[in-house]
Amino acid sequence: MRDTLSEIIEIDYHDLLEMAIQKKREGYRLSQACAAYVEGKPQLSYSFADDENYKYVTLRCKIEKDTEIISLSEVIPYASFYENEMRELFGINISLIEPDYKNKFYRIEQETPFVPADGNN
Amino acid sequence: MKKRSIVPYGPQHPVLPEPIHLDLVIEDEKIVEAIPSVGFIHRGLENLVQKRDFNQMAYVAERVCGICSFGHGFGYCEAIEDIMDIEVPDRAKYLRTIWFELSRMHSHFLWLGLLADGFGFENLFYQCWRIREKILDVLELTTGGRVIFSVNKVGGVMKDITPEMAGAILDMLASVKKELKAIAPTFTEDYAVKSRLVGVGVLTKQQAHDLGCAGPFARASGIATDMRKLGYAAYGDIDFDVITSNDGDSYARCYVRIREIFQSISIIEQAIEKLPEGELAAAVKGNPKGESFIRIEQPRGEAIYYVSANGSPHLDRMRVRTPTFANLAGLCETLKGADYADVGLLILTIDPCISCTER
Repeated sequence: MRDTLSEIIEIDYHDLLEMAIQKKREGYRLSQACAAYVEGKPQLSYSFADDENYKYVTLRCKIEKDTEIISLSEVIPYASFYENEMRELFGINISLIEPDYKNKFYRIEQETPFVPADGNN
Repeated sequence: MKKRSIVPYGPQHPVLPEPIHLDLVIEDEKIVEAIPSVGFIHRGLENLVQKRDFNQMAYVAERVCGICSFGHGFGYCEAIEDIMDIEVPDRAKYLRTIWFELSRMHSHFLWLGLLADGFGFENLFYQCWRIREKILDVLELTTGGRVIFSVNKVGGVMKDITPEMAGAILDMLASVKKELKAIAPTFTEDYAVKSRLVGVGVLTKQQAHDLGCAGPFARASGIATDMRKLGYAAYGDIDFDVITSNDGDSYARCYVRIREIFQSISIIEQAIEKLPEGELAAAVKGNPKGESFIRIEQPRGEAIYYVSANGSPHLDRMRVRTPTFANLAGLCETLKGADYADVGLLILTIDPCISCTER
């Protein structure tokens, strides 16, 4: 990437919560979180920004479709918006989201998630 | 213990330009908690990447929002250019900077007008939107569009700014600067306005950080971050400072945005003065393969564009994290302890763009 202050770190999903807490302690804020399907498997990206130095670190974990992820919302409350979105639109199995919108974060009539059975969105 | 009630606010409400719903938990007239709901106009634009060629997506990306449309097209093109390692010509970088700042100006004037309307100054609202028309006229002159410009494409831009057009822009800037100087004191010094803004909806620097706030909303709380400092487009060659305030209240948010309009005028003047000769776009060969995160400063704050491409004309994923989405948590915090009468104004102070948020 041209943005030399931005990096992507591949991690095991078991380490996500611990590393997010570490980033928070280092003064980073959660900038975004999103899901994508790559080669049929979910891939989560949690990005953290250092506002003073413009550093941008994305924690990337690849998971299986039925893998259960523990929400970051207990340590980063506003992560709930991103995680509700990931679960609702991409079918990511995230538990303990607070507040939990129970797949009604987006008030749309179509059935969600939008990801087909083969995982190719 | 005082009796608590839940008052539904929105999605249709006179003060809301776009639909968002808040469940307001109140004690008497004080807000105890606000629980937001969005998704009333979700359009699934990110999902369209499966059905459109990556070049066509530049047009779709622009339509994420009507007010910050240029930035969305720009952010998407930057991400593709990053993946394909395309070096955009210098002239295109400067043209993008000029159009981006014109967009920021008209967005901030739109917001000032809505704020004036929110605190009951109808004439001030008219004045702001009248001045904004001058910016839209110049955008129409240079791009052919007043809201959606369609000048960005992967590799550069599709239209040029002639010397005559540059002259028209400079004339407009001089006129807008004069008129903004005339109306700005009403926002910053009028007793009645200050009584509605000063000390209302305070968000400390620590709170703004902890809640992940972005843009003028965060800068008004003292967070000195502005993605333009990353130096994308021509911003690396332009002299400007990050505008902040330490008060963190509604007045500070207004003050920061007014100063940012003056700053945009200065940036455009510098960009026109330094505008280099050259090509408008680089050649684009093949299809993108790889991924990129791009950060840019939209009028409402930091916007994130993530693009993942597999080497075919269709992308795997495009993700846009808009500043309003980032500021929802901050909004809920500012509402805590506020008077019910201030709710409309406080929602406006984050400059919400719900279309952006819902994509």
